[in-house]
Amino acid sequence: MSELINFFIDNAGLLLDKTVEHIRISAIGIIIAVLIALPAGVALGHQHRGSYLAINISNALRALPSLALIAISLAFFGLSAINIQIALVALAIPPILTNAYTAVDRVDPDAVEAARGMGMTESQVLRGVELPLSWPLIFAGIRAASVYVIATTPLAAIAGGGGLGDIILNQATYKLSGVIAATIVTVVLAFAVDLLFAWVQRLVTPRGLVLPKEFHTIVPPTESDVPADTMAVAR
Amino acid sequence: MIAALATPLAQAGPVIPNFGRGDECIRNNGRFCMHWFLDNFGNRYVPRIIEHVEMTLIAISIGFVIAFGAALIAFRHERFELPFANLSALFYTIPSIAFFQIMVPITGIGWLSIEIALVSYTLLILFRNTLTGLREVPTEAKEAAEGMGLTRRQTLLRVELPLAAPAIIAGLRVATVTTISLATIAAFITPLGLGAPIFSAIQTGANTEFVSASILAIALALVADALIVASQWITTPWARARRSK
Repeated sequence: MSELINFFIDNAGLLLDKTVEHIRISAIGIIIAVLIALPAGVALGHQHRGSYLAINISNALRALPSLALIAISLAFFGLSAINIQIALVALAIPPILTNAYTAVDRVDPDAVEAARGMGMTESQVLRGVELPLSWPLIFAGIRAASVYVIATTPLAAIAGGGGLGDIILNQATYKLSGVIAATIVTVVLAFAVDLLFAWVQRLVTPRGLVLPKEFHTIVPPTESDVPADTMAVAR
Repeated sequence: MIAALATPLAQAGPVIPNFGRGDECIRNNGRFCMHWFLDNFGNRYVPRIIEHVEMTLIAISIGFVIAFGAALIAFRHERFELPFANLSALFYTIPSIAFFQIMVPITGIGWLSIEIALVSYTLLILFRNTLTGLREVPTEAKEAAEGMGLTRRQTLLRVELPLAAPAIIAGLRVATVTTISLATIAAFITPLGLGAPIFSAIQTGANTEFVSASILAIALALVADALIVASQWITTPWARARRSK
């Protein structure tokens, strides 16, 4: 225990540097995943088709072992920052894609019809009605993805390096106390990001929208087979 | 005994390693040499695949028993939900590569450490899906059961669990592919499963060796995923009937 406290004191600078790097690597992965999955999910949900596509792409990506992706990428790109990003993006896309799709797809059809009746164009319907009602669930997906990504970023140290994984995978140098210290920082980071997104999620929730209970934990319900109502956005 | 074994070897002359055997692909350290893969599949990879499947099955079985029990308790007594959900969420945020290492001083290098970590990761998904599935059972179905005079236990076994089955199996599906993924990382502490050739070959730089293991790990996850989907299709015909409406 005292060893652990000493490690925090003696290596505060190192931990801070690695944490900043860790956040940077994780953030890049999440941003790329959002840029790919969010427009795709929203577009498919808006047209109410492609559920088969959205769900199966998600299921396939979810099945890919991160270490295997990193290793294959390593064979192609050598030691580089790309390796970890491939694994992180594959990990982050499923929750973002399925949540974005489900959120927009399940917006109350009456609300959408009312908007059309008022003479709104397609893009106005999307921006004025569907997206505002979808943001809470969309952010729930990004939130879950972020937690996975932060917990997986240490694997970066296998091929290319960077982040808290440099300490976690180097027990020979930093001893077990170093591994535990870096792990604690990673867990705290994951929870901090979870709280941050919970806050954002509340911020983007339109007033008058009541959220189901599932929104308040780390892993969102898995879409494909859970009864449809579980993922419903609003009533 | 040893002498008896040594004699035929001695008669056969000195053992000269055949360095020339690798084909062009291996000598150039190609990314994936099919020839090498086929030659080594039986002795190098089949045992690793079996270990990997064993690791996953043990973790999923134990994790399911714990999570299922906890979900049943939380279904009846809501105050148990938050503690268990939070604990399993905490496990979920621990990087697996750290979890395995931290278990080593406590439970040693080997299966026990691996399984404790792998089981911990299955809990959140299995618990959440089982509980959500049970709670999503339509009130009408429960009322009908009550009207038929079923006891609480009978209602659970004959109405609630069958109707929750699709959600529970969906949880098993995600938990299984996640465990297969995390089991590759277990090899960081002890050379078991398909992660073993990945970690060792990354050290030596033998491309085709770790690429082969990675492809097999991906294939294993996809096959397991497909098997669970197929078994769900077969075992829960009522879910199909409900969805097709």
